[in-house]
Amino acid sequence: MFPLCLSNVSVARRGKSVLGPVDLVIDQGGPTMVIGPNGSGKTTLLRVMHGIERISEGTAAWAKPDHANHAYVFQSPVVLRRTVAENLSYPLYLIKYAKPEINTAVEYWIERIGLGKVANRSATRLSGGERQKLAIARALIRDPKVLFLDEPCSNLDGQSTREIETLLLETAAAGTRIIMATHDMAQARRLAADVVFMKSGRIAETGLAPDVFDAPKTSELKAFFKGDILE
Amino acid sequence: MNDISQGLLAALRLIVTFDAELWEISLRSLQVSLTAVIIASAVAMPFGAFLAVQRFKYRRLIISIMNALMGLPPVVVGLIFYILLSRSGPFGVFGLLFTPWAMIIVQIVIITPIIASISHQAMRELWAEYHDLLISLNTSKWQRIKTLIWDGRRNLLTAGLAGFGRAIGEVGAIMIVGGNIEHATRVLTTAIALETGKGDFALALGLGFVLIGLALFVNISIHWLSRTERERRW
Repeated sequence: MFPLCLSNVSVARRGKSVLGPVDLVIDQGGPTMVIGPNGSGKTTLLRVMHGIERISEGTAAWAKPDHANHAYVFQSPVVLRRTVAENLSYPLYLIKYAKPEINTAVEYWIERIGLGKVANRSATRLSGGERQKLAIARALIRDPKVLFLDEPCSNLDGQSTREIETLLLETAAAGTRIIMATHDMAQARRLAADVVFMKSGRIAETGLAPDVFDAPKTSELKAFFKGDILE
Repeated sequence: MNDISQGLLAALRLIVTFDAELWEISLRSLQVSLTAVIIASAVAMPFGAFLAVQRFKYRRLIISIMNALMGLPPVVVGLIFYILLSRSGPFGVFGLLFTPWAMIIVQIVIITPIIASISHQAMRELWAEYHDLLISLNTSKWQRIKTLIWDGRRNLLTAGLAGFGRAIGEVGAIMIVGGNIEHATRVLTTAIALETGKGDFALALGLGFVLIGLALFVNISIHWLSRTERERRW
């Protein structure tokens, strides 16, 4: 399905530009960290790549389009008003998996994210960290080729963040392409193979993680790393 | 106060003595209203969910009309259906006038906008919560509607009960199309109207207390059966 080519992509809402124009090629590899200050267009870029954001101009096309092979984890985890186990089975139920297969997959993932004890409890009663782990497991249960994550660890405690990062690294090692937005630079350093830096709705700099972190080229990225407020 | 205590006593006497007519009227009230609620819910709930997930040209207009129809005057509905169902009317051939089915039909017309409107409101809020996830999972329109209906079933239950409350307490329209015929179309509300007209306030109040009891019984039973308050699973 790779590469994904974004060509001159712009997104405008109510006449106001929120992204672009953007040109970017996403190939196999990663994990890719999309970094930048708040409001720089990270979420919109991810949504465009996933195909859930209406593009005003330009094109975003996969070499072989296959939406079923993408999954997306939102910044505020959306949990269905169902039990934890039913939340996990939902994506498989949608694509009409057989019940034994669904049960096997649910059992595997529920143990993997450590929610076995609350499998039959309402997902709406989980903590923030548990909800996010559930959302990631629900995204991964279909075994997607590409996983988009929008700041999945914002507002989470250290232990939850560590568990999620471990899960993501294992997922990446298993061959899933991870593209993740974050404004946590320490996390970006821990996870990134390559980096996309965004500023004011545009891609200001891209490159391999060591190059970007050790020798940023643009003044904006240098200022961002210094902790300056970017407008 | 005297009338109320007499009414309570009359209600108690009717219940304790298993008054045959009271049972017949009460069962007919339940039969008519529950049938109307089931049929109206089958149409109104999916329609409410559809309006929440689907964007189309006259959607806002339809929602406005639906909300406005919540205030439909029952007497006018009764009058219109009296004309439609009367022997000389377009549906007179079916012979429905002065039958329980005529009463069910007018109740459906009265409560469908109520159930649809409350369902739409509930589904709209749930859709706002689920929108990104369901779009991201590439769900079909039908899958979205099914998901909203299933996950919003508690709120839909409230919509159905609101419809039931309106139906069981309705008197104007069913009096016109039902005719309040003894052993045929008499229900609790029309019986209350009749007894009040006759000046038998005690019996009217007694029937009124039975009606309130029946409405409470149905509401509590449905909540209990659906386990909304017993288990905290959803």
